[in-house]
Amino acid sequence: MNVETLKDLTSNKIVDARGTACPGPLLAAKKAIGEIGSGEIMEIYSSDEGTKNDIPRWCNKMSHEFMGIVEEDSYSRLFLKKA
Amino acid sequence: MGTELEIQVADLKAQLNQLKAGTRDQLSMVVFSGDMDKILAAMTIATGASAYDMKVKLFFTFWAISALRDPKKSANGKNLPEKMFGMMLPRGNAGLKLSKMHLGGMGTAIIKGIMKKHHVASLDEMFKTAGELGVEINICEMSMNLMGFRREEMIDYPQMTVCGVGTFLSDAQESKIQLFI
Repeated sequence: MNVETLKDLTSNKIVDARGTACPGPLLAAKKAIGEIGSGEIMEIYSSDEGTKNDIPRWCNKMSHEFMGIVEEDSYSRLFLKKA
Repeated sequence: MGTELEIQVADLKAQLNQLKAGTRDQLSMVVFSGDMDKILAAMTIATGASAYDMKVKLFFTFWAISALRDPKKSANGKNLPEKMFGMMLPRGNAGLKLSKMHLGGMGTAIIKGIMKKHHVASLDEMFKTAGELGVEINICEMSMNLMGFRREEMIDYPQMTVCGVGTFLSDAQESKIQLFI
C-alpha cells in the first residue's frame, strides 16, 4: 500500500513503542494485537530501526498482513491488518 | 487400485501426524553462561520468541544460576564450601560481569549506562517481562547442589522449577529451536 493511502487510514489501535529497543516493539505489538479483532488495523510507532525489518517478518509468520511504513521525523509508523 | 491408493493415503496421513506431534512451536535453551551480556542475549531471544507465540523453556545451569539469585534472600544450613561459593558468585543479575571489557567493573557500568540511553530493558525488567509472557525457567538441580544454591534464594518468578537434564532433553526433543548460551 502506498504512503499516501496509509496516511489517510484510521487505525483501530495505535501502539506507541517509541523509547523501547529490541525486543520492546515486538513485544508491544504482540500484546496489542490481542486487543483488536480480525481484519482490524493496527499501527506501531517505533524509533528502533530494526523494527522495520522485524515487524514485516513477524506479520508473515503470524499470518497478519503487513501494509507498509510511513516515515516521520524521528520514528516510523508501521501498519498491519490482523489475520 | 482404489484400495492401494487408500492405503498410501492412510500411510501418508499417519506420517504427517507423527511429524506434527514431533516438534511444536517451542524454543528450548540451555543458559549456561553467567556473563551479563550472554544472559541479556538469552532473555532477548526468549521474550522475542514469546511474541511469535512460541512456548519458551529455559534450562539454567552452572554459572547462569547466579543471575536468578535474589540479593534480598539467603538460605541457612550451608557448609563451608557452599558458603564460599555463595560469597564469591554474583548475588543476582546486578552483580553479573560482561564477558569482555569488564575492566574491573567499569566496562560493565558503562554498558549499563549505554543500555539505558538506548532504551534497552535491564535484566530485572527482562525477567519480569519473561515471567508475564509465560517463559518457563527450569534450574538444573545438580548445579544447584554443586554450588550450594537453594531454591529459597532464587527470585520470585511465576514459572520456575528445579529439575534434571531429563526435563531439558524432553523439552528440547519437541522443540523446533534449541540453543545453548
